[in-house]
Amino acid sequence: MSILVDRETRLCVAGITGREGTFHALNNKRYGTNVVSGVTPGKAGQQVEGIPVFNSFRQAVEETDANAAMVFVPARFAADSILEAAEAGIRTIIAITEGIPAHDELRVSTHLSRLDEVRLIGPNCPGVLSPGKANVGIIPADFFKEGNVGVVSRSGTLTYQIGNELAQAGFGNSSIVGIGGDPVPGLSFIDVLELFEADAETKLVVMSGEIGGSAEEEAAEYIADNVSKPVVAYIAGFTAPPGKTMGHAGAIVSGSKGTAAAKAEALEAAGVRVGRTPTEVSEIVIEILDG
Amino acid sequence: MDLLEYQGKQLFARHGVPVPSGRPAETVDEAVAAADAIGYPCVVKAQVQIGGRGKLGGIKVADGRDEARQHADAILGMDIRGLRVHEVWIEEASQIEAEYYASVVFDRSAKAPLIMLSTKGGMDIEQVAEEDPGAIASLHVDPLLGFQEFHGRWLAFEAGVDGDLVRPLTGMLAKLYETFVAEDAMLIEVNPLIVTPERELRALDAKVTLDGNALYRHPDNAALRNPSAEDPQEQMAKERGLIYVKLDGDIGILGNGAGLVMSTLDVVAQAGGRPANFLDAGGGSKADAIVAAVEVILSDEKVKAVLFNIFGGITRCDEVAKGLIEAFEQVKPQVPFVVRLDGTNDEEGRRLLADAQLPNLVVEATMLEAAERVVALAASPTLQAR
Repeated sequence: MSILVDRETRLCVAGITGREGTFHALNNKRYGTNVVSGVTPGKAGQQVEGIPVFNSFRQAVEETDANAAMVFVPARFAADSILEAAEAGIRTIIAITEGIPAHDELRVSTHLSRLDEVRLIGPNCPGVLSPGKANVGIIPADFFKEGNVGVVSRSGTLTYQIGNELAQAGFGNSSIVGIGGDPVPGLSFIDVLELFEADAETKLVVMSGEIGGSAEEEAAEYIADNVSKPVVAYIAGFTAPPGKTMGHAGAIVSGSKGTAAAKAEALEAAGVRVGRTPTEVSEIVIEILDG
Repeated sequence: MDLLEYQGKQLFARHGVPVPSGRPAETVDEAVAAADAIGYPCVVKAQVQIGGRGKLGGIKVADGRDEARQHADAILGMDIRGLRVHEVWIEEASQIEAEYYASVVFDRSAKAPLIMLSTKGGMDIEQVAEEDPGAIASLHVDPLLGFQEFHGRWLAFEAGVDGDLVRPLTGMLAKLYETFVAEDAMLIEVNPLIVTPERELRALDAKVTLDGNALYRHPDNAALRNPSAEDPQEQMAKERGLIYVKLDGDIGILGNGAGLVMSTLDVVAQAGGRPANFLDAGGGSKADAIVAAVEVILSDEKVKAVLFNIFGGITRCDEVAKGLIEAFEQVKPQVPFVVRLDGTNDEEGRRLLADAQLPNLVVEATMLEAAERVVALAASPTLQAR
């Protein structure tokens, strides 16, 4: 097993005819993901190396039974594309696009929360990889293999760093989920922890957070009450000064809120072991799984 | 993006939020002309984004032209907690009967805008929240429904606003909410929101933060400048399309991906070093972006050593290596470089660096080792990397 994407995934890619969209859609397909279609308004009838392109998600779903969407369109069109995918009945939507206005994300998130069981991953995220099954997004799959460590992270490259250290120690992953660095992410740490808790293959979860917002604190509370599997955490941004956005739109310490220290403390109080460096995180994981 | 007080007030005025009239000025003569036009008494206000500027001498009342000149001369160029005053805002003096507080905040955790109202304005709202939490009325607005009049009435009654002000205050909150949505703001704070002896409401201060991701649909806002907040290196990085934050240490940092760069700063700090900057070269960095990044990092004269920490996903390590070799040719750095390359095409990248035999550059295998090495090199400038 795994979460969110697997061999049942039938992926439709919005923005498939763009340079990045084509590159990553084909990359995902080569990995074994079932990429069934793409959407680019005005380009229906074209094909991208055999993948049919449609004008709308509605058509793509009707013709190819797509059940998952990857959104790769530019920021100013991305909110619209996410809403269109949901309207067409797609229930797993993975938005890679970076730079979507926060108010757009807010409207999208509020609308989706009122639909039945729609899961939005991202935006501004690297996607989801279930090693050996499916890769949707831009995660470099070669570094990861099948295994029983679930990873959920706000940062892409940091996920690769931690995953790579685990891989070198011989551990693989059930699924790797990038929830993204924006102020209003779709799935939260809590949503993904809930999925990992229910996933038989996952034995342990690594959660990688960063400064800004309160998602890590909320996750700590949730873990204390609802997660029986061991969780190991990492928080980036201990040295970040207040008031400065550290690359991700969501990574900002305002006043005394959202600091790395407060997040680490909340997690430790909930019984979560927090590694001080990515290396220490993998050491703790190894200790728990070997012991 | 944080606006200056007067930029925020001009934004308010566009949406019908009542503000005292005023004019910005960058020179003493401009300030005096503005004061003459507004009339006396008027207030000379330093335009820097820092709380408590009044107590630090940044706000003065002028009763006549001589005083206006004297105050403008004192305030322009003044240093307020490290921020130089480049502009003053000359504003008509207001009569104050009461000071309220109002704000609209983008509440990430509730995924909804949060409106707050209090009759205890004029002081730090966090202090009010601590000492007298009951004095702040707050509610979330459904972003798809928007602000409704009952929201305003509820807040006004809950905050204990005088009866005659409930209706005008509801109108003002509606306009503040409209500004928040229409301008893609992350924060709008009015403190104090004053009541005049004529029972009129006015925004006497304005603190506005806009969403940088939405500036493409607000060209007027995108053109607003805040020279006092812009560091020369940050300015240079922005022009080159790099994500750079200036810090106060002496170790230059470059990485790919915001999380990994933040983590790199932490690991360097744990190794006993002080990072000089945050620089995210981004996904898929090409050689010319690396050259530009090296130039920005080295333009900070405090930098004594530089750490490159790359984990290639979309980014290809051979591209980073090529960029670095190019940068050494063009910039000829005088400080040691420590490089860690992992991920896509890492072997090729390391081979390119080895073949190039760049002076004073060392490659380390892990993030931790690289951090320890760069800290040692920064601490003893005479030590050579190789």
